[in-house]
Amino acid sequence: MPTETQTIAGLARALRAREITSAAVTEESLAQIAGKNSSLNAFIAVFGEEARAQAQQADKEIAAGRYRGPLHGVPISIKDLLDVRGTTTTAGSRVRTGHVAESDAPAIANLREAGAVFVGKCNLHEFAFGTTNEDSAFGPARHPLDASRSPGGSSGGSAISVATGMAFASIGTDTGGSIRIPAAACGVVGLKPGYDEVSTAGVVPLSRTMDHVGPLCRTAGDAALLYDVLRGIAPQEPPPRREVRGVRLGIPRDYFMAILDPQVASSFEGACDRLRSAGAAIEDVRIPHANDIAPVYLHIVLAEAAAYHATALESRADDYTPNVRLRLEMGRYILAEDYARALRGRDILKREVSAALEGCDALFLPALPIPAPKLGVATVKVGATEEPVRNITLRLTQLFNLSGHPAIALPCGHTLEGLPIGGQLVGATGKTRDLLELAHSLEPYLAPGISR
Amino acid sequence: MTIKSWLDNAVQDAERRGLPNLKPLLETLARATSALRTADWNDDATGESESGKRTDAH
Repeated sequence: MPTETQTIAGLARALRAREITSAAVTEESLAQIAGKNSSLNAFIAVFGEEARAQAQQADKEIAAGRYRGPLHGVPISIKDLLDVRGTTTTAGSRVRTGHVAESDAPAIANLREAGAVFVGKCNLHEFAFGTTNEDSAFGPARHPLDASRSPGGSSGGSAISVATGMAFASIGTDTGGSIRIPAAACGVVGLKPGYDEVSTAGVVPLSRTMDHVGPLCRTAGDAALLYDVLRGIAPQEPPPRREVRGVRLGIPRDYFMAILDPQVASSFEGACDRLRSAGAAIEDVRIPHANDIAPVYLHIVLAEAAAYHATALESRADDYTPNVRLRLEMGRYILAEDYARALRGRDILKREVSAALEGCDALFLPALPIPAPKLGVATVKVGATEEPVRNITLRLTQLFNLSGHPAIALPCGHTLEGLPIGGQLVGATGKTRDLLELAHSLEPYLAPGISR
Repeated sequence: MTIKSWLDNAVQDAERRGLPNLKPLLETLARATSALRTADWNDDATGESESGKRTDAH
């Protein structure tokens, strides 16, 4: 059975029933990595021996009746921004050469306790400061369906690993969309939990007030399992799918639909039509200050990133990739008064997202306005306008890093060329579990024909 | 500090530090800062701007 077609929930049932071994599944993941990584560059480090040992241990425990739960024996990859004890956390940068983590990040420790098998550390945009995965000390990661394109970023290697069967899930980080953007570009599911729900300790920071840790995987049900485990909670069984009739979705149309690739717009409207036909109530909602999102986000992320990197920029400047170095240097010129203005703007926007959610089960919008962009381009044509790649890729996701609301990217069709398109659901603060249950119920309507 | 003064100083400092390539990024940042400062939710010590308070009522 090819690993691409399996979910964690399905694999867990087979492992527990001893119809399959973790050793065999892990070997298949490692074989996928060995066969594809030279062209896709998804992994910075592969833990072959360690993964095989973890898998054998899982098989022994399961055989002895010591089943730990649905991640027991499941091959998982990890963005190389999170500490895994005894291994280097490169953050995709030469600046980190020689750093070896003494202990697991708490999120990783929870996965280890749940019995997950770690197959390796994934490539990323250097220090998670970019959305294309082009600027990495280890070279660009490449889209699994078109090597001339970006897989999205910054968790690009993570998305590739899930899309290609190198791992059943990956743990990524999201500061402006770095889980949801590559998930949308590569056709997988990506969850940004609510702010501070999953520990960011042991994770190289980008912007401490907007960093989130979360999973990339194949279904919303798998995302729910991983969400629990990452928080150190025993995972619940995925709930039965609820009736779509009566679900209330709000579409923040003005700013968010203003600049969309025509095929993304068409796929999104098609999903809306299917949901309406199934009985969902879909209404337009407004974020009155949506035009302020980008400047507010920029002043916070740049200032907070510059604070973390200032010392290294003085002592190791040449070890950064040129583009990331320049963007970090830009942050060192932000005035305190403008950072304070941005914090106030964030408060306004956060309240506006919460207000838009009143009366809705979730907001619904695309996750990425364009299909996966070509590598090496600074701008991309979207309809009649030419947009900077960085701006357009962040456009639909960064608001929910500012506001801290939980958000999940889900496959939502394909372009005529076969490139994935992603939709996004956004839930109320403190209601990530409800959002996951809704996503589990709606995902067959977003991308019909995909078996889940 | 006005945005023009800030930008002039920042570009001059970047050139002094051997980072002339920073100039277009700083110009982009200046445009974003201008948008940030003119947002209608900004406070004003004169009390002239009340729109932020109205937005607070959401």
